[in-house]
Amino acid sequence: MSLFFKNTLKLEGQIDEYLDLVIKGGLVFRQGIKCYLDHQTDDFENYLKELRKIEERADDLRRNIEIKLYTRTLIPEARGDVLGLMESCDKALNITTETLLEFSVEIPKIVPEHRQDFLDLCETSVACMENTVSGIRSYFKNIDAVRDYVTKVQFYKKETNKIAEKIKRAAFRTDDALSQKIHIRYFTFHIERIAEQSEDVCDRLSIAIIKRFE
Amino acid sequence: MADLSTWFFISSGLFLGWSLGANHAVNVFGTAVVSKMVKFRTAALISGVFVVLGSIISGAGTTRTINDLGPINAIAGSFSVALAVAISVTAMTRAKLPVSTSQAVIGGIIGWNMFTGSPTDLDSLSRILSSWIASPIIAGVFGYLLFKLLKRTVLTWRIHLLELDQYTRTGLIIVGALASYSLGANNIANVMGMFASAPLFSDLSIGGIIEVSGVQQLFFLGGLAIAVGIFTYGRNVMETVGNDLYKISPLTGFIVVLAEFIVLTLFTSETIESLLLRANLPSIPLVPLSTTQAFIGAILGVGLAKDPHSINFKVLGKIALGWIVAPVSAGLITFISLFFIQNVFEQKVIYPVPYELSRSVLTELKDLGVPTEPIAPLRGKRFTNKKVLRNELLKRHPYTNTQIYSIFQYAIIDSFRIDSNIVNAQLSGSFLTAEQMSILKANHGKSFPHKIDIEQFLLRTEVSAPPTGNKLSDKQNDEQRRTIEQAFRAVQRN
Repeated sequence: MSLFFKNTLKLEGQIDEYLDLVIKGGLVFRQGIKCYLDHQTDDFENYLKELRKIEERADDLRRNIEIKLYTRTLIPEARGDVLGLMESCDKALNITTETLLEFSVEIPKIVPEHRQDFLDLCETSVACMENTVSGIRSYFKNIDAVRDYVTKVQFYKKETNKIAEKIKRAAFRTDDALSQKIHIRYFTFHIERIAEQSEDVCDRLSIAIIKRFE
Repeated sequence: MADLSTWFFISSGLFLGWSLGANHAVNVFGTAVVSKMVKFRTAALISGVFVVLGSIISGAGTTRTINDLGPINAIAGSFSVALAVAISVTAMTRAKLPVSTSQAVIGGIIGWNMFTGSPTDLDSLSRILSSWIASPIIAGVFGYLLFKLLKRTVLTWRIHLLELDQYTRTGLIIVGALASYSLGANNIANVMGMFASAPLFSDLSIGGIIEVSGVQQLFFLGGLAIAVGIFTYGRNVMETVGNDLYKISPLTGFIVVLAEFIVLTLFTSETIESLLLRANLPSIPLVPLSTTQAFIGAILGVGLAKDPHSINFKVLGKIALGWIVAPVSAGLITFISLFFIQNVFEQKVIYPVPYELSRSVLTELKDLGVPTEPIAPLRGKRFTNKKVLRNELLKRHPYTNTQIYSIFQYAIIDSFRIDSNIVNAQLSGSFLTAEQMSILKANHGKSFPHKIDIEQFLLRTEVSAPPTGNKLSDKQNDEQRRTIEQAFRAVQRN
């Protein structure tokens, strides 16, 4: 049986590896931001490098999976959904890399009063991403659980929005220069995008599970 | 070898085979192809191979021949019926509607009966008509339950989507191949059965190991015609059912064919029935089911289990209309083509069969509840024209169609003659005991003009056991009696 399913099991392994990379990307991003806020520049740069590698590897894997799904005409009715989910999940990973890169390039000034809020913002955004990945994993094996993860993502996304709003309100009520205020808003917005993108993936996921059995 | 005219007549059987393949491909591999799980060429190849195998291996043994449905005894008559059925099935295929060939054949036979004045077996007809309703309902229920069961299994066992895909693909191919095999086995008699008596091929021996009879070679040809039909035109009907009636996913496609296959196997297999009876288990009632209708029923069942709104009832109505149009048009075309073949081409569409209302026939009919007084004066008179006998009967009493059918069944002169040589050659070492064999031998030379006469003789002399009420033993006794009768039949009718 294992010989019969050899290729399928290999592909399953690749999909799992891809999703592992997305999770890992989120964790690296969170650690990177923490290092930035704690002014540990070398560690921050290392995390950025690591995240870039993860993104590249994830891109390769995704392309490989896409090619296999198409050339072997696997899961014909769900192929579009699976590829759509993986591509939009990839976008979330790309946003984490872009955001960390922007931190590295633009070196935004984040005052100590905003430190915890930024950490919380990262925490909830990455939680969104992690739950999205768990949702995708469940889509393949345990459809009943998908709903729970989608609900969690929606919850964390709202929390992210709340924290982002809090940061922006606080930033625009200081005597700092307008450029500084806009800079803070810009970075808040970027971290928030991770959650937004995760929610998009979950919207696709909700439809994809309906199509599987209903 | 047969002459050219026989080959010409057989061409209509091949045409019927082709149209059957074109129309029935959807039932076996339609869902696999439309759900893109199996490529059409692969499906057609597997289906073609298994149809041919089913035709050769199991087709020869099937009793569901066209002759059982109606006593068509002239090759020109068979030609007309096969041609009419093929035309009507092809027309339905052109309209992308799946129809049941067996039902179209019924239409053709009724057309032949009407033309020749033969009575129609209303019992068989009503059984077949009831299958129009029973097939989709039973298959629908199975489709519904199987979907629910499979969904629950997939959810409980947490089967990975990719593994499920692999299981489904394998399942679709296996079930499709099995369904193709039974398609060939069950339908080849409809296609080629009527030509089985024509001396077309002599028996072949391949390397002294494999013996291929002439009938098997003929069925191989028919199987090939079905396979060609699947290959050349099968895709059309697939698209209607797969895309228009209901959007089919691979898993639902598998469930549909599985439900169809299970239903057809359970409700039409005599082997399963006798196995259950042997194990003292209640048997499943055998119902004549149609593959096409079971298939459509299964699709509806799965559709209802998923979402009733997703079924296109307009297309369903069109398909149901096709189920009525196909047999009616086959009947009409048969009637018209018989007229032309008989009057324009001067071919015999029926060989005269003699009928006689002997005393034993009248007694048997009386026991059956058929009023015999009005026809008593006809005793001893021979009729070779069905229409004349029918008119004579109706002139004397307003008999119902069923009663007329019974009179015809009993009055037909079949001519049986007991021969001790046949006893030794064909019945020795069979189910008969030494005592029963000696009874038969002692009656050497005794002849019987009617089937009921020999039946009564066999029961009276206890060569054949009377009905006991036990389904299994009664069935065996009936089969054994039929074997004896067939052995002693003086004129081998087709």
